[in-house]
Amino acid sequence: MTQSDASTSDIDPFSTEYLLDPYPFHEQLREAGPVVWLSKWNCWGTGRHKEMNEVLADPKTFCSGAGVGLANFNNEKPWRQPSMLLEADAPEHTMRRAVVGKVLSTGNLRRLRADFEVAAAALVERLMEKRAVDAVAEVAEPYILKVFPDAVGIGQEGRENLIPYGAMVFNALGPQNELFQESMVGIKEVSDWVMKNFLRENLRPGGLGLEVYEAADAGQVTLDEAPILVRSFLSAGVDTTVNAIGNALWCFANHPEQWQKLRANPALSRSAFEEVLRFEAPFQSYFRTTTKDTSLAGTAIPGNQKFFMSVGAANRDPRRWDQPGTFNIERQTTGHMGFGGGIHGCVGQMIARLEVEVLLTAMASRIARIEVSGPTTPRLNNVLRGFDTLPLTLYPAH
Amino acid sequence: MGSFIFIAHDGTLRSLEVPAGTSAMQAAVANGITGIVAECGGSQMCATCHVYVDAAWLPKLAPMQAPEDAMLDSAASERKANSRLSCQILMSAELDGLVVHLPERQV
Repeated sequence: MTQSDASTSDIDPFSTEYLLDPYPFHEQLREAGPVVWLSKWNCWGTGRHKEMNEVLADPKTFCSGAGVGLANFNNEKPWRQPSMLLEADAPEHTMRRAVVGKVLSTGNLRRLRADFEVAAAALVERLMEKRAVDAVAEVAEPYILKVFPDAVGIGQEGRENLIPYGAMVFNALGPQNELFQESMVGIKEVSDWVMKNFLRENLRPGGLGLEVYEAADAGQVTLDEAPILVRSFLSAGVDTTVNAIGNALWCFANHPEQWQKLRANPALSRSAFEEVLRFEAPFQSYFRTTTKDTSLAGTAIPGNQKFFMSVGAANRDPRRWDQPGTFNIERQTTGHMGFGGGIHGCVGQMIARLEVEVLLTAMASRIARIEVSGPTTPRLNNVLRGFDTLPLTLYPAH
Repeated sequence: MGSFIFIAHDGTLRSLEVPAGTSAMQAAVANGITGIVAECGGSQMCATCHVYVDAAWLPKLAPMQAPEDAMLDSAASERKANSRLSCQILMSAELDGLVVHLPERQV
């Protein structure tokens, strides 16, 4: 199939070259046109902020129910039961989203802040004893694997399974390439652990997970839906925030003047996180599927076509952002695509904000300077961006 | 086009002219009105674009949907009968000149 009336690009957003350094490809994608035909995967796509917003604002035309990865569930059987939130459309999506949105809403999360602060303070205490630490293995993962499963109400044992589980779920949004195959190795035991731990009898009273089951008792969702909705928490909420924290520390190590700004005014922790999400988005790309013939930015797009959305490209679109390649924690970041947008905007965004705000605040009070102390390795994933190892030296504040 | 009028908690008044379909939240953010935070960018997740709609204008607004209603319970400043999320108020001929009051705090 060829598409004569749109710009065509042979960029492969799932190639190793792209994933290692996406920025030159992002620019090519943005500058090729507002809507681009991606010949490698026979799909459409955009790297521009305005067009992405238009797609997100029109879920009836650009749906999620046919999958938010490369696979088109209209043409092929989903490899696992699709997410009941991310890969569902109205009307089924509406009530589920309302239930989970309420459980994860700002008001319901306020009671978690004190626990997160205790966890962050204890972690920073340990970090300052070591000073030479890995941002992923010793900061991001232990923090997120403590506060998030605690909040959901998951037991202590086996939490490390959440990392490969999430990696597999996100890799599956790309093609069935080597990255995806690798993330499937040994996944049976990991999946069994996850399946067991979102069951009602294994969730702690007072946790967010059980609140979803209580909504099912009240008839707001079905009892069959409840465990799958809790599974969504576990698959979407760990790898993304772990990557976000690694990316944040990378940004601050490379922009020491921004760390000083944060130290001088720790209230910037919240907006700093937003700028990290804009500048180095952990969740880089996803898809929609057209439900009918449509047009976007003057380009005709037939129905039942996959549409690629590059978050990373839109977040540095110079049509939207002043000096997009500059990391500035005081920037007005509202409208960044790091949490998506529209009716499918990240339902966990408020807990993610709370987690990272609390951690950055705790670190800013104790750490004068952050330096990268050795070679880093990326944690490659078809749609996520982050580090596997990021060695840091932390200099204490006096 | 039409105007939204924002009255900050300290009484400062600003009038912003925007195209039809633009939300009051988008107008405020694009023009540096700091009393609107809008962390979630309009997904009805954060309740940080909370406004008190001037009583005279209330009947002209589209009715509130369930997600907005639930979210307003999370607002940092007191919820009142005229509380709305400004991301859900879209400019139209009907709303040209709409007056909103900003709460003391959003977070």
